[in-house]
Amino acid sequence: MRTIFSVSNYLAIKEVWRNRGRFLLVSMVIALITLLVLFIAALGEGLGNGNREYISKLNGELIVYQAKSDFLIAASRLDNNRLAAVRRVDGVADAGLFGTASANLILPTDSETLKVALLGIEPGHVGEPKVVQGQQLSTDLAEEVIIDRNTAIRSNLALGDELVIRVTQGIKDEFFKLRIIGITDGQQYSLQPSVFVPFYTWDRIRPKSEAEVNSSNPVANVILVKLSDPAQVESVKLGITNQVNNVEVASLKQAIQALPGYSAQQSTLNTQGGFTLFIGILVIGGFFQIQILQKVAQIGVLKAIGAGNPTVAVASIFQIIVVTVIGVAIGGLLTFLFSLTFPPTVPIVFNGTTSAIALIALLLIGPLGGLISIRYAVRIEPLKALGLSS
Amino acid sequence: MNNSEQKTYALETKTVIKTYQSDSGTIHAVDDVSIQISSGEFVALVGPSGSGKTTMLSMLAALLQPTSGKILLDGQDLATMDDRQRVTMRREKIGFTFQANNLVPYLSAVENVELMLRLNDKLDKTGKLRARELLARLGLAERMNNLPGQMSGGQQQRVAIARALIHNPSLVLADEPTASLDTERAYQVVQTFAGLIHEQNRAGIMVTHDLRMCEFVDRVLLMQDGKLVRTYDNHDEIMNELISARH
Repeated sequence: MRTIFSVSNYLAIKEVWRNRGRFLLVSMVIALITLLVLFIAALGEGLGNGNREYISKLNGELIVYQAKSDFLIAASRLDNNRLAAVRRVDGVADAGLFGTASANLILPTDSETLKVALLGIEPGHVGEPKVVQGQQLSTDLAEEVIIDRNTAIRSNLALGDELVIRVTQGIKDEFFKLRIIGITDGQQYSLQPSVFVPFYTWDRIRPKSEAEVNSSNPVANVILVKLSDPAQVESVKLGITNQVNNVEVASLKQAIQALPGYSAQQSTLNTQGGFTLFIGILVIGGFFQIQILQKVAQIGVLKAIGAGNPTVAVASIFQIIVVTVIGVAIGGLLTFLFSLTFPPTVPIVFNGTTSAIALIALLLIGPLGGLISIRYAVRIEPLKALGLSS
Repeated sequence: MNNSEQKTYALETKTVIKTYQSDSGTIHAVDDVSIQISSGEFVALVGPSGSGKTTMLSMLAALLQPTSGKILLDGQDLATMDDRQRVTMRREKIGFTFQANNLVPYLSAVENVELMLRLNDKLDKTGKLRARELLARLGLAERMNNLPGQMSGGQQQRVAIARALIHNPSLVLADEPTASLDTERAYQVVQTFAGLIHEQNRAGIMVTHDLRMCEFVDRVLLMQDGKLVRTYDNHDEIMNELISARH
């Protein structure tokens, strides 16, 4: 066995080295496939992350929606009475109102505005993100905000700055000035840079229809719930559904899947990634098959002088592995270098696990693609290959 | 050659038959061929096209199994061996040179020769030295590190001869080794081949259609229609009858 491996590896390496131009070309094709697969994976992760970031990092376990809202946050409307009722349910440690809206951030240096997610949360309650710089929000009515680092980068605003929000209320554009007192990290909402505002301030400055402008009853979209015991998700869910009128409850996982377009987007990108891998298998398979067809006589000689099928097969596998590993390594390096050039606005996130899965899949496509050629190499008859058969 | 009763042959075939089925019936490619070859003996297998010499050579090379009969190499019957055992025999006991495409194109001359020792797990310092010495003896001292593509046909054949001999096989086979060479080169190659077989005491068989090459062999076996029809074992007889038979 040791001899088989040593001879196979020797033959494989010698062939690759003496034909390095040809093999490098295939490695470069694999490198481009790697680049594509890693970018699709990173784009999927980035888009998914941008969509679910706030909810997945929420310091709670449940989200309460208005009944029949299909777990769509924007379609749900809940008021203070429901909040009180939710807080009374056994197992609920904390609950907070959460409202979403879109607004335009007036940039101090630019004529363009930045579209942001204007998120109303209750200071000190579930839903308020932890700041990494500055301080948490103080009261429900304060004219202060926490912004995401992504918002800060894209707007050029810093801690202590005053930001100006433009919203449409009724038929008029209104401008509101708010002071940035904290900066949080990794809290995008629906792929938009986020601005966290105390709930009652949010209710005052959010975009409103003509009818809502004079309404004094604040309405949130959903209620975020933190449990005393996170293991009791199902029983508390049932408790809230039974004890609070006209609501439906989702776990964070359910809520993420229900985010508009989230599942469709992820499955599209996964399919794209899968197809790219499949194309990789075909390309590598095709190359090695042609290569084996060109080497029939040579393999025949090897077999005739006493190299067994295991030696020929291991040499082919080893060669495929070498070419694939070099290709994936070059592709990985290229991806890393390219990723350094992308601005933070491009939703690309190189997550360790996703990238590792993609890399493992890429390393497997070589041997998978080469399987047919290996089978062909093993079946070569030295007699026929050398023209000795009658 | 003295074929005494007690003599142990390097290679002995006993009533070897190889048949193929075709639409027109059974074809006897090799029909009842018995031969004996001793160590140190170089034999030519000649005959017209379709006489069965290539089929015979393939069976002697453990590449093809006979339909019946025995092929004893160092006393072991190739006819009863399975694929794996035959691969081992080819690797350890047989040296082979072919008409063309002899060498592994991505290995240099010396690496091609060393390959036989690698396959037999016998590549050590002495083996490497022997490979170089053998190539030097074959006039390839300056070509050791050349790839096959950088060598002439004659040089490639000489590398193949070195490869066929380096692992001390019992039997060395050559299939039309001069087919792609000019006359002068062909004489050189066969003469060197014969010299090494005699010197290293191997049993050697060369299939050839070029009767002039029989000048360097000890015996000539003439095949026709699958049968061994005549053996010439006297040098003068070979020279007189076979070479004049050309005209």
